[in-house]
Amino acid sequence: MLSGIPLFPEQASTLAPEVDNLYFFITAVTAFFALLVVVFVTVFAIKYRDRTGTKVGEPIHGSIPLEIGWSLIPFLITMVIFAWATVVFFQIVRAPDQTLEVYSTGKRWMWRFQHIDGKSEINELHVPLGRPVKVVFTSEDVLHSLYVPAFRVKADAIPGRYSSIWFTPTKTGEFHLFCAEYCGTNHSGMIGKVVVMEPNEYQAWLSGDTGLPMAARGEQLFQQLGCVSCHLPDGAGRGPSLLGKFGGQETLGDGTVVAVDDVYVRESILAPQQKLVAGYQPLMPTFQGQVNEEGVMSLIEYIKTLPSTGQPAAAAQARTAPAPAAQGGSR
Amino acid sequence: MTTTVLPRVNYLNVRHTLASWLFTKDHKRIGLMYLVVVTAAFALGGVFAAGVRIELTTPEGDFVSADTYNRLFTMHGVAMVFFVLIPAVPAILGNFVLPLMIGAKDVAFPKINLLSWYVFVIGFVFTLAAMAFGGVDTGWTFYTPYSTQFSNSSVMLTGIGIFITGFSSILTGLNFMVTIHRMRAPGMTWFRMPLFVWALYATSIVQILGTPVIAITVGMLALERALGFGIFDPRLGGDPVLFQHLFWFYSHPAVYIMILPPMGVISEVIACFSRKPVFGYSFVAFSSLAIAIFGFLVWAHHLFVAGISPYSAMVFSFLSFAVAVPSAVKTFNWTATLYKGAIWWQAPMIWVFGFLGLFLVGGLTGLFLASLGLDVHLHDTYFVVAHFHYIMVGGAIMGYFSGLHYWWPKMTGKMYSNSAATFAAVLVFVGFNLTFFPQFILGYLGMPRRYHVYAEEFQVLNVMSTAGASLLGVGYTLIASYLIHSVFRGRAAGDNPWGATGLEWETQSPPIPENFDETPIVTGGAYEYTKRGAKVA
Amino acid sequence: MPNGAVAHADPHGPASAAGFGAGGHDHAHHPALQHHFQTLDQQHEASTLGMWIFLVTEVMFFGGLLMAYLLYRVWYPEAWSEGSEELDIVLGGFNTVVLIGSSLTMAFGVRAAQTGEQKATVRWLLLTIGLGLTFLVVKGFEYYHKWELHHIPGPNFSFEGPHAAQVQIFLSLYFGLTGLHALHMIIGCAIMGVITWMAHKKRFTPEWYTPVELAGLYWHFVDIVWIFLFPLLYLVDRARQLS
Repeated sequence: MLSGIPLFPEQASTLAPEVDNLYFFITAVTAFFALLVVVFVTVFAIKYRDRTGTKVGEPIHGSIPLEIGWSLIPFLITMVIFAWATVVFFQIVRAPDQTLEVYSTGKRWMWRFQHIDGKSEINELHVPLGRPVKVVFTSEDVLHSLYVPAFRVKADAIPGRYSSIWFTPTKTGEFHLFCAEYCGTNHSGMIGKVVVMEPNEYQAWLSGDTGLPMAARGEQLFQQLGCVSCHLPDGAGRGPSLLGKFGGQETLGDGTVVAVDDVYVRESILAPQQKLVAGYQPLMPTFQGQVNEEGVMSLIEYIKTLPSTGQPAAAAQARTAPAPAAQGGSR
Repeated sequence: MTTTVLPRVNYLNVRHTLASWLFTKDHKRIGLMYLVVVTAAFALGGVFAAGVRIELTTPEGDFVSADTYNRLFTMHGVAMVFFVLIPAVPAILGNFVLPLMIGAKDVAFPKINLLSWYVFVIGFVFTLAAMAFGGVDTGWTFYTPYSTQFSNSSVMLTGIGIFITGFSSILTGLNFMVTIHRMRAPGMTWFRMPLFVWALYATSIVQILGTPVIAITVGMLALERALGFGIFDPRLGGDPVLFQHLFWFYSHPAVYIMILPPMGVISEVIACFSRKPVFGYSFVAFSSLAIAIFGFLVWAHHLFVAGISPYSAMVFSFLSFAVAVPSAVKTFNWTATLYKGAIWWQAPMIWVFGFLGLFLVGGLTGLFLASLGLDVHLHDTYFVVAHFHYIMVGGAIMGYFSGLHYWWPKMTGKMYSNSAATFAAVLVFVGFNLTFFPQFILGYLGMPRRYHVYAEEFQVLNVMSTAGASLLGVGYTLIASYLIHSVFRGRAAGDNPWGATGLEWETQSPPIPENFDETPIVTGGAYEYTKRGAKVA
Repeated sequence: MPNGAVAHADPHGPASAAGFGAGGHDHAHHPALQHHFQTLDQQHEASTLGMWIFLVTEVMFFGGLLMAYLLYRVWYPEAWSEGSEELDIVLGGFNTVVLIGSSLTMAFGVRAAQTGEQKATVRWLLLTIGLGLTFLVVKGFEYYHKWELHHIPGPNFSFEGPHAAQVQIFLSLYFGLTGLHALHMIIGCAIMGVITWMAHKKRFTPEWYTPVELAGLYWHFVDIVWIFLFPLLYLVDRARQLS
């Protein structure tokens, strides 16, 4: 029976051994000190026991060298742990430049994953083995948190903001995916699995019934919502041209310079007056309520495809995901 | 064998009417009145915990519905945090013992002390009303936007209850701070004060500076929920994470309100039952202050995965490690106090031994969570649940019971059965570890908190945890039984059954209403056991 | 040594408030001295320290709202500018003068109590209450006006402008901060009423006028809060608007 009780999670990503090694180190250090104190307390309690309660202890008031020692040494040890842990942390939060991006939205009580090529899944995320994957996500209602224990990654999904996690799977198989921020009645039901497949199987899975690629969906929305009427490609319209803008920078009316990343594009759609590009009037209405988070993500993907010269690319062409050089990772 | 009799006139029997209790200004009576309400809250919180643990025996949700489960764990947290852990040691033991310890007749503001009890009760009544109306299901942390826009439960009533009760804590802290500054007996300099007084002083700092912030935060939550104000609403450009910052700005220092007084108790009990001064007195005293102040600088370690900048996270991680050092210093000083002591294994001391082991584990596991790279994996899992229960139950509650057993004879004039008490302490210790140690493993495995149903492979560890919880329940019930029994059938304890130093032991048990016949004059330090003339062990 | 072995002699007579050091209870002490204190001085110092600590808690109380204000002002400067413009700077300025004036009359009141001028004390305190009530009446008009314009955040909020949503946040904080302040003013006026009555009943002497002093501390604090709130809420970006 004992062998059937899991006591330690699987390591299924490149990050997992890093995190686990840190864990083992801290466990060893803390276990050592815990044992030390427990042994001393036990030995002293027994050795100096007075069953009568009438004797008196030796009136030792203290020792400055000891105080300094047992303040400084624990402090230095904690600093070592802090440093190591911070290094691991930056590995966790800094995705590599080239990642396979997947968008996701959490809402009560499910996770919807949107692959760029159009495939969408609910509560399941298929990814290929051995490639860095970045999931960019938000929430449509309350706080959630995307957590894959086997990969040792987690980030909160915050309504109104983008979060991301990244991982490189090192094992095929199915791994738990949990919501890790209490979100109401079915919080413990907001779970699913990450399915890691061999690259060729993943390709095969991808090319199954995909639906419209995100960028193509984005282009549709761009037309339907009327964006095309102001954001003329030559920049002479009421709004700036969007050609080649993604990944670059813009100067705002008050002189500040912002990076044109997914966060900025989303903000420009939902709260356009906040960061207005220099030289343009505050005419753009907000599209809050007219386009949902998934629509915003599709628009972002579309804008990413707009090249800096000439006509916008024929984005209706289905793009298959494994072409990272063409897509570019988002910031 | 000489017999001890109860003194004829004491604070308990000097007047008998209900009015003499409800309108009392005597800090000792107020301490007992707090004991009644806090014990009721503890029982209530325990019932909710039982509900949670019974449900978690099986992976499916077969005991209660998801909504009910969510209310159970929320109400468990609310009852235990605001109505047990925050007030227990300061408002019960502190109220009773502080004036006695410093040779004063009462606290600085006895009427405000009584007011604080009424405020506490009114807050509790509001919270009970919320429970009667179906309870609240937001988690005791009330994160927005769930609590402001989505929860269909008694958020407002609970919020009002917490708001009101917060003032009880503020008034207690204010009272204690002024008392310690202005009411010490002649000759009691700061460095002659018992360490429990230092602990209460440090706690007062936190109560005074921190509690108003939770009050205004709950107020903002209420305005948002009731009137749609928009401060935390992302649709208006508000920031739901702002709520987390404001909430934890109090709630992290709050855990130091919960642990500093029990640490003070440990210092008192360990000195008494080792018959020697606490090793490194001034270091222990200053570490209390350091914890109180540094405790205000670490709140965002609850937000490491909530979208704060990694650089900000680094700062808070560093400070979270730093705040662990004074606690380590205390632990080492207590251990050194045992060295060459004359250790008398009485019930209060058994609780101290338990505290030392459990607080150690709790504190050290905090280091895991302060570690950024590890916290990403561990945040919002059972690892966190295990960590804070080790500190709050294994640390704070055990410290509280140590103090309760230590000062019980002074409070009641009666002594309880030492063997029953020792048995209960051991039972609680074993039950506690069985309940919460498996949760560390569950956490690292990835089981999230606040889950009504869970993955099957987590079941065995959950069953162990539930088994431990039932032992805890038996243990706590046993304690209540023999303590109550001692009031009616216990033998008279005498002024100083433990042979302890300290002004509180130089009055009768129970004390007269004014505590002392004459104001004592203090000529020495807090733990001068050798001056008593007995030979050194 | 555990001394549980010693039997207590029959201890005390009826629980009398035993005298201090000097022994024996005489009622020659000041009638205002409470029995758990040893001297009037000790009582006064304790009371004053208590009030100062209470004021610290009040700073932290307002502090939470001010932190939210700080964050959103940095995030939404235009909304802050627009929202501030909607507040009546004349009424706000008038109220500021009224409140500062009331602190002056309060200070005179404390001084009068200190020198035993009982009638003057009552007059200055009444004036202080009058000014406080004036403040509240003006505030009432301001709130009413906001209600008429549908500027109260919530389901009936309506505002023209590109930053309406964030102006709602500004106004939420406006009502939160000034509402909390007004609540403190109301409590302050009530406290002043009690103190004035006590002064009228000749309860205060140069030896003991602590309640007047403490009420004064509270009143000055509420005034200082307003001195922060007025520029933070009414004067955002006014220079640019006026130019």
